[in-house]
Amino acid sequence: MVPEIYYLVLSAILFTMGALGVLARRNALIIFMSVELMLNAANLAFVSFANTYQQLNGQIIVFFVIAVAAAEVAVGLALIVAIFKSKHSIDVDQMSSLKG
Amino acid sequence: MLFEYIAIATLIVLAVIVALIAIGLGELFGPKKKMEEKSMPYESGMTPYGPGTRRMPVRFYLIAVLFILFDIEVVFFLPWAIVFRQLGLFGLIEMAVFIAILLVGYIYAWKKGALEWE
Amino acid sequence: MTLSDFNTLLPLIVLTVWACALLIVDLFIPKGRKGWTALLAVFGLALTLDLTLAQLGDSGAGFSGMITLDGFSTFVNALLLVSAMLAIGLAYGYVKRMGLERGEFYSLILFSVTGMMLMAQAADLVIVFLALELLSIPLYVLAAFARPKVDSEEAGLKYFLLGAFAAGFVVYGIALVYGATGATALSAIVSAVAARTANLTLLIVGAALILVGFGFKVAAVPFHMWTPDVYQGAPTAVTAFMAAGAKIAGFAALLRVFSLAFPSLAADLTPILWALSALTMVVGNLLAISQTNIKRLLAYSSIAHAGYILMAFVPFGSQEVQSVSVAAGLFYLVAYALTNFGSWGVVIALEQKEGRGLEISDYAGLGRKYPALAAAMTIFMLSLTGIPPTLGLVGKFYLFRAVMAGGFTGLAIIGVLTSLVSAYYYLRVVVTMYMREGEPEALREPWLNFTWGLTAIATVVFSFVPSGLFDWASQAVLKLF
Repeated sequence: MVPEIYYLVLSAILFTMGALGVLARRNALIIFMSVELMLNAANLAFVSFANTYQQLNGQIIVFFVIAVAAAEVAVGLALIVAIFKSKHSIDVDQMSSLKG
Repeated sequence: MLFEYIAIATLIVLAVIVALIAIGLGELFGPKKKMEEKSMPYESGMTPYGPGTRRMPVRFYLIAVLFILFDIEVVFFLPWAIVFRQLGLFGLIEMAVFIAILLVGYIYAWKKGALEWE
Repeated sequence: MTLSDFNTLLPLIVLTVWACALLIVDLFIPKGRKGWTALLAVFGLALTLDLTLAQLGDSGAGFSGMITLDGFSTFVNALLLVSAMLAIGLAYGYVKRMGLERGEFYSLILFSVTGMMLMAQAADLVIVFLALELLSIPLYVLAAFARPKVDSEEAGLKYFLLGAFAAGFVVYGIALVYGATGATALSAIVSAVAARTANLTLLIVGAALILVGFGFKVAAVPFHMWTPDVYQGAPTAVTAFMAAGAKIAGFAALLRVFSLAFPSLAADLTPILWALSALTMVVGNLLAISQTNIKRLLAYSSIAHAGYILMAFVPFGSQEVQSVSVAAGLFYLVAYALTNFGSWGVVIALEQKEGRGLEISDYAGLGRKYPALAAAMTIFMLSLTGIPPTLGLVGKFYLFRAVMAGGFTGLAIIGVLTSLVSAYYYLRVVVTMYMREGEPEALREPWLNFTWGLTAIATVVFSFVPSGLFDWASQAVLKLF
């Protein structure tokens, strides 16, 4: 068996990659993919903790996170498509009609 | 511990060896003729043209989003189906409520014309 | 599962069914008669409010301890429902005038309120997460509702990306708390900590991540960058709802989770909350000074007010002070919500198509041409600053008193000083209205006038009789089951 801590380290690495991706990338789609990476890092943590405690709770939570992520995908992609239709770009740096 | 993985490791090694033998024998004994048709992407199909990444109509995208939404909800059916007998009538009502909520979304998408192709 | 489970959640269930039904019914209401949808939405909210008020004094847990009903949740739910009604009052004429009249608008507001109410009743971190998403996803859509206007689309996308980012932090934080304690129910977390079976390092990191996620949601510095852009780009009626509703729900969840589940972490988290609150007040108020656009001004003002409300969290570790500070926080939320809707209502009255009428200079001459509107705006600006005779002053007074009782005099002094700074930019609006010459154009819409008029009167009247409201807030205690 692979020790639990390996899964946790992997999930922490995935979460950090996701968070850095959100901060560093400028393409709205890739930012969104990074967010999904963060959610899935949490999912990995949930199932590995569920295994540690020998509970089903953690695994059930993952179902909810997946379902919510799908709802987010639907709304997020719709927004990205709408932006692309009117601006022909999804670069977040080019969103300057609102001055920061 | 690691002992459990030996079977899988053996399988992987065997699969690689078998594949290598098959390719190697073909290289060794097979006839080699070089001609133009042989080097085309699809030897007996249409010649591909244009860039590889073509734009898709937005309609595909709408269908895809609807598919994601209704598809993912199936994850809740699976655990429900497994413990269906223990849950009894209560489980049935609970799932009926869940499906009713999905149905609201479905009727909405339908009436809004999201399912129309043209 | 018993009937008492459903009683704890009855208003919420009714509202959910109503929102789903409204979505379908609206499909059969012809275009141009969407006033019916608005009316039905308000009726649903009123019905839910009635059921919520019937729960006054009740308390209990339901659904295997995932849902709580206590004085706190009833108070917050009532406030949220009133907020949603005020938001629809503001939106009704606005969406018509701006050509945004689609029936989904009202359904989305109802769905978002459902999420907010669930947030106030959540006694399990998983429910907190689900409620967070249920309230946020409709708001992403609402922010982009003025599509294909690019400003609105961009606001929607920005809000979405930052909101999803924040949700990522919350989920990972919940995962770590689950790993530390083996539970997500607030009561089980407390007993795991009490039994010393919890991994405290993991628990602190988890709690901090949850705090970061909610910091984004309530727009606390340094997680506030999205706020001005989103508030400016979103349709103004949506901004009003977002500024009040999302903040109330976010703070309600924070208050419940931190006061109930993590009081053991107070020694580590109090300095962080102290710094967060002070930073939010200082940065929000300083950045507001240089704004010329009224929507951005109010956005920075809402950031600053998040800082004041955060003050109520700083003493969350000590049991005696906690009940007073929670009451002060709730009272301030009421004051903020009323003033917020009123001031956005005035902004809506002056807003013209294509984003005209949104500069502070457009308010010149308002005092002469529209005395009632200018008087209402003056009341709201005074209330946001904290000058008598307004509810804002009373709210700040209770808040500073609670923080001082907790022994954080430094924070109270920062609060007073930043309020003095804020007087500069709030009063500048008042000066522009009365001292400058101009020809402003304001719209007269019955529901809009009613909304800002009502909130203006409430802001003044409640400031003279605040004790009733404060007593109610004091009884709104958090209960752990």
